[in-house]
Amino acid sequence: MTSGKAEAIVIGASAGALEGLSVILPPLPASYALPLMIVVHVPPGKKSLLAEIFQAKCAIDVREAEDKEPLCSGTAYFATPDYHMLVESDKSLALSNDEPVLYSRPSIDVLFESAADAYGPGLVAIVLTGANDDGANGLKAVAEAGGLAIVQNPVGAYASQMPEAAIRACPGAKVLSLEQIALFLLKLEKA
Amino acid sequence: MSEKIEDIEIQLLLEALYKRFHYDFRNYAQASIKRRLKQAREQLGFASFSALQESLLHDPTMLLRLLGYLTVQVSELFRDPSYFRAIREKVVPHLRTYPSLKVWIAGCSSGEELYSFVILFREEGLEERTLFYATDINQDALAKAEAGIYDLSRIQLFTENHRNSGGKSSLSDYYSAAYGSAAFDKSLRKQVVFSDHSLVTDAVFAEMHMVSCRNVLIYFDRALQDRALGLFKESLARKGFLGLGAKETMRFSEHSQSFTDYVREEKIYQKSAR
Ligand SMILES: C[S@@+](CC[C@H](N)C(=O)[O-])C[C@H]1O[C@@H](n2cnc3c(N)ncnc32)[C@H](O)[C@@H]1O
Repeated sequence: MTSGKAEAIVIGASAGALEGLSVILPPLPASYALPLMIVVHVPPGKKSLLAEIFQAKCAIDVREAEDKEPLCSGTAYFATPDYHMLVESDKSLALSNDEPVLYSRPSIDVLFESAADAYGPGLVAIVLTGANDDGANGLKAVAEAGGLAIVQNPVGAYASQMPEAAIRACPGAKVLSLEQIALFLLKLEKA
Repeated sequence: MSEKIEDIEIQLLLEALYKRFHYDFRNYAQASIKRRLKQAREQLGFASFSALQESLLHDPTMLLRLLGYLTVQVSELFRDPSYFRAIREKVVPHLRTYPSLKVWIAGCSSGEELYSFVILFREEGLEERTLFYATDINQDALAKAEAGIYDLSRIQLFTENHRNSGGKSSLSDYYSAAYGSAAFDKSLRKQVVFSDHSLVTDAVFAEMHMVSCRNVLIYFDRALQDRALGLFKESLARKGFLGLGAKETMRFSEHSQSFTDYVREEKIYQKSAR
């Protein structure tokens, strides 16, 4: 468990992301006290509709990340296709065009590692459903920096490979169902 | 909280790189440069950044190896086809009214963006009256740009991009394929000046009608972005055009007042008349 107060949430998801995030994001109130940064694997070269889809379903503000944008509470930022999303130590977003990592750009590992560095124990990181190994190294980095690691229970996940890899890399992670994660995030802001 | 040891080491390493070789990465966007430095440290086999720094100062072969990690060379011909379509449809008609033109491709990497412009200008009948400046800080990349040879496996994507940008000719008119590579025709370089130039430490060198600087500012922190945008402002003629990358914006800059949106969705700006 994090010793400090939570300051930010990062989430990574791949195959099955839409359903998973639809359980977690809509219950959060507009006044939610933390920013959320979300990487979903999306195909390159196309516009992503994720921000629009979730803006329609959510009370919190939902946007596509912009370079150098300062993070605001009560806002979810989706990484854009073809760019990695990172966090700077001054708590602003940075995009980069670096090579894909594990075939992914945006990469969950890249976000998690930079966020672990920026927030240390103030970070909550969540790996959801997916059919690859992205997120495992990142989650380990979060835990090593004192942050809280959460993984969606592979049993019941749309695709179990990503959560399984994350648990292997980070055996101390809390394993929760989607519904438990949703409740956890709601309570987190009051903690 | 006191600074992490690693962060101190990274600062010192970048300081050493600047003092010894005049490459200034001190104000690049931190998170991304740190990630690339970590990669360099691991792959070059150093236990710490301090050890890497020692080698940089004493081993003459280390500079080039390290620089390879510090700059990102990812590019495509007609990358973001809609950008080039906007140049063709909205900017070219304006540029046509000038008897001679200067276009600066800043941070041209291995030349993909440059060749896109030259081909587009040839298709539009503007090439002959245009002088292109292609600049970068990475010598390897500049040499590749000057050679104009790309892996044949990339040509399919380039061809699709070209078509989607509204290309009026066939991309295959401009290269010859052999042994797994595509060599772009040397006539495309007739109007091009290649040069080493840093947006961080160098000054303006000519008056331009258009500057295209894509996916370079994204690696800078805000202060550096402002410096580079200041250079572009100074370099551009009255009502000259500035094109940035798809995810780069003038919004947070002190120079935003000096430019107006020209094609907003494509990050194409025009220098204000004042
Ligand atoms: C990702 S590439 C962009 C290539 C091309 N403009 C495009 O959009 O496809 C970034 C380029 O910026 C160059 N660069 C980095 N720092 C620079 C500086 N201070 N001045 C000029 N170029 C720089 C790098 O060497 C690299 O070639």
